[in-house]
Amino acid sequence: MSSNPAAASGGPAGGDASEPNHTLRFGILWVVGTLIALPLAIWVIGPLIGPGSGSEQALGQSTDDTVLAALATPVLTLVVFYLIYASIFFRQERGGVLEGPAVRGHARVQTVWIVVTSLMVLAVAVFGTVRLEAGDGAGSGSGPNPLTVPKGPKLPIQVIAQQWMFTYRYPTYGGVETRELYLPDNENVEFHVTSLDVIHSFWAYKLGVKADANPGVDNIAFVKPTKLESFTVRCAELCGIWHGYMENAGKVVTPTEFTSWIHEQQTKYAPATKVLPKYSTTYLPEPQRRGE
Amino acid sequence: MSTTSAAAAAPLPTGRPLWRRLLGFNLLTAVILGVGGYYLGWWIGHLINGPSFEYESATDENDVALLLGYVFGVIGFLIGLGFANYPISRLMGRPASLREKESEGMGRYFGLCTDHKVVGIQYLVGIGLFFFVGGVNAMLIRAELLKPVPTLIGPNQYLSLVGMHGTMMMGVMTSGILGPFANYFVPLMIGARRMAFPRIEALTFWLLMAAGFILVSTIFFGGFPTGWTGYEPLNDEAVMGMDSYIVFFALVGISMALLGLNMMATIITMRAPGLTWSRLPIFVWSVFATAVLMVLAAPMLIATLSMAALDRTINTSFFMTGGGGSSYLFENLFWFFGHPEVYILALPGFGIILELIPVFTRKPLWGYRLAVSGMLGVSLLSFFVWQHHLFVSGINGDLRPFYMLSTEIISIPTGFIFLCFMGTLWKGRISFTVPMLFCVAWAFNFLIGGLSGVVLSDVPTDTGLHGSFFVMAHFHYTIMGGLIFSFFAAIYYWVPKMLGLRFNEKLAKWHFWLMFISFNSTFLPLFALGLEGMPRRVSTYEPSLQNLNDWVSISAFVLGFSMLIFLTNVVYSLIFVRQPAEANPWHSKSLEWQVPTPVPVNNFEQIPVIDHDPYDYGTPLQVEGSGRPATAGA
Repeated sequence: MSSNPAAASGGPAGGDASEPNHTLRFGILWVVGTLIALPLAIWVIGPLIGPGSGSEQALGQSTDDTVLAALATPVLTLVVFYLIYASIFFRQERGGVLEGPAVRGHARVQTVWIVVTSLMVLAVAVFGTVRLEAGDGAGSGSGPNPLTVPKGPKLPIQVIAQQWMFTYRYPTYGGVETRELYLPDNENVEFHVTSLDVIHSFWAYKLGVKADANPGVDNIAFVKPTKLESFTVRCAELCGIWHGYMENAGKVVTPTEFTSWIHEQQTKYAPATKVLPKYSTTYLPEPQRRGE
Repeated sequence: MSTTSAAAAAPLPTGRPLWRRLLGFNLLTAVILGVGGYYLGWWIGHLINGPSFEYESATDENDVALLLGYVFGVIGFLIGLGFANYPISRLMGRPASLREKESEGMGRYFGLCTDHKVVGIQYLVGIGLFFFVGGVNAMLIRAELLKPVPTLIGPNQYLSLVGMHGTMMMGVMTSGILGPFANYFVPLMIGARRMAFPRIEALTFWLLMAAGFILVSTIFFGGFPTGWTGYEPLNDEAVMGMDSYIVFFALVGISMALLGLNMMATIITMRAPGLTWSRLPIFVWSVFATAVLMVLAAPMLIATLSMAALDRTINTSFFMTGGGGSSYLFENLFWFFGHPEVYILALPGFGIILELIPVFTRKPLWGYRLAVSGMLGVSLLSFFVWQHHLFVSGINGDLRPFYMLSTEIISIPTGFIFLCFMGTLWKGRISFTVPMLFCVAWAFNFLIGGLSGVVLSDVPTDTGLHGSFFVMAHFHYTIMGGLIFSFFAAIYYWVPKMLGLRFNEKLAKWHFWLMFISFNSTFLPLFALGLEGMPRRVSTYEPSLQNLNDWVSISAFVLGFSMLIFLTNVVYSLIFVRQPAEANPWHSKSLEWQVPTPVPVNNFEQIPVIDHDPYDYGTPLQVEGSGRPATAGA
């Protein structure tokens, strides 16, 4: 191919006696940088990300967020510091025509990279699966037959999404329907999410709950609120022009407050509730769960 | 065949008056036949689906008429361009000719031309046009989000803007690198005189242009509310503007499948003697991997949208729960196309970056085989991850660990690309030219995009982030930060070859720095907004998030401004100054730089014989003092 003057004039690149040991220098830079960045990721960034501690599920998700951020930090520092290091130390001089070393690969580096990244990926996948089955993912819509069901009694609530509002039914309280979501503190709640028209998504961010509402589908999600607070419910799936306005307020209250509130609603809506069965056939589908 | 200049104004064919030259198969005829075809289809649609359906006549909504109008319009447009001439003349028994419209000068850029270099430049301009339209939509979206309540545009128009922005970018930009750069450079890089199917090559471009205008025409029919995903049943209940989306994406799908097929056939069958698979430039490998995805994924899109169109017109109820269909079916089919689609966007970017950095580090590509296996691995695995878009949909909860695993595994081959990138930089002699700056920026952006993707692939953490601005930030980092940055790297690197003109470097550097800084300043805060619980595709949000949103909007305007700098550079350098570029300004050793500029119509006087790969950079490594070559070590 075309002859290049650099090959002749530049001499063997990297053969300069004053060339520092880049591997060692970059290695130290990376390790030190990671040791500084890692605590920042865990204790500064970590608490800021994730839904917080509104429920057991939300807390679990926040922990997972922090773990993943911590795992990502060495990768981030590796590449970012490398780009900076290379930009500073592996420059062509201005107007220079030097050639780099004709290195086409390095079997050991490649093997180590493949093994390490594979192990990391498998670790992340195993971690995710274990935490999912342990209940961190219980707040995500798991379909009509969730694999893992929290033990103990659960308060069932049917979430009925339609354009552009949510309605909540409390089947164990005579099927009373309200437009506000009240949840008793420290009790397992079982959401049955469905839709009357298009796809919506029931999203209570602070509680770590998100479940798509598909027409004709019973999508189950569990949550155990642990904090007395109000939260916002939003639609998280584009559902038409008022999608952005499809939200309402929810509240986690003490069990006694919840009982008095639900009785109040029952009296208020008694005329309407009287004509509805426990799970009204109007609101398909009937909840079904394996093992029950 | 004479080698003529592409840019130089060739003498006009003499002896024919202007009106005579306007008659015939050209763009003007195509537009006239296209409009005529549209009205013909519209009329037929009203004839068969007119007064008999009360709903249609009451609301002036007639999906049948609009769909037929679009289909007939596109057919008329293609006939007007002359796409029917060859098959008809073959049917009449006339001999086969390889080249259609062997014209010279500027005129060939405005019609059916089968020269792959003309098609490449047509693609570059056409895609640039629609990229600009999509970008303007983005600016309007961010202008609306300056305030937490709608002020500028109504919610319906807002959703149409969101939908048009997303669909335009996902649809037209799929061909963003394969269209201009692969069409232009793959034959040059593999030592071929043309693509395998030159007429199909031209067809893919004109289909894409017709599709783009059809998508823009949605504003006359009420827009569409679904975003680029077009989920059912919202799709079914939307007004006629939805049909524009359906026809647009189906045409893009056809164009994509044909483009991929053409690339595969070209790369498999038309390589120069000696250009074995292990000597293929890495960009050609990435095009090949992308082409496989296009051929396998795009038909799924066409089928899905045909079902949606049937649902909308004759109530087939593929996706209607009440009629025995399922909204999950659409989600499954769409993402079975949609996930390979995002790798169709990303993979050519990998190729561009790995193709360019050896030139600017003066080193051979480090880990060639690893890079190839990375690309093929990504392309294979991308068919096994689609349900990660449906983690909270309740489709089948038990499958989630599998999709979590497959999604995370795809980061292994992506990691190969990073290793090859970093290995090539190691002890290189990096010159920070504008294309190289875009390459380094790509590495940073795609890293952020990839790491945020790992958070989204984990089911528990995805619960909080799915459908939020976090997802939005993630895919803008991978697509804009990955595809668009490599797209600009390719423009600054290859346009001097394509046009024989050089860019103003000062403006180019301004463009890069402003774009890189404002891009990160726009999309990094979006991660925070997502973590604050702000959903996508809304024109209203909590007042407490206004400061952050304003910051994002202003950064986005700066990002838009950086594109205007690029546009200024194009107009200034390529139209006014027209400073000729050097024959090989980057001292590349790749084959495409060894042909003369402008490239002769037949590319090569003689088909070259290849005896090594194109990364013959660098000096063999010598151990100090002794004369023997060292083992290849870092």
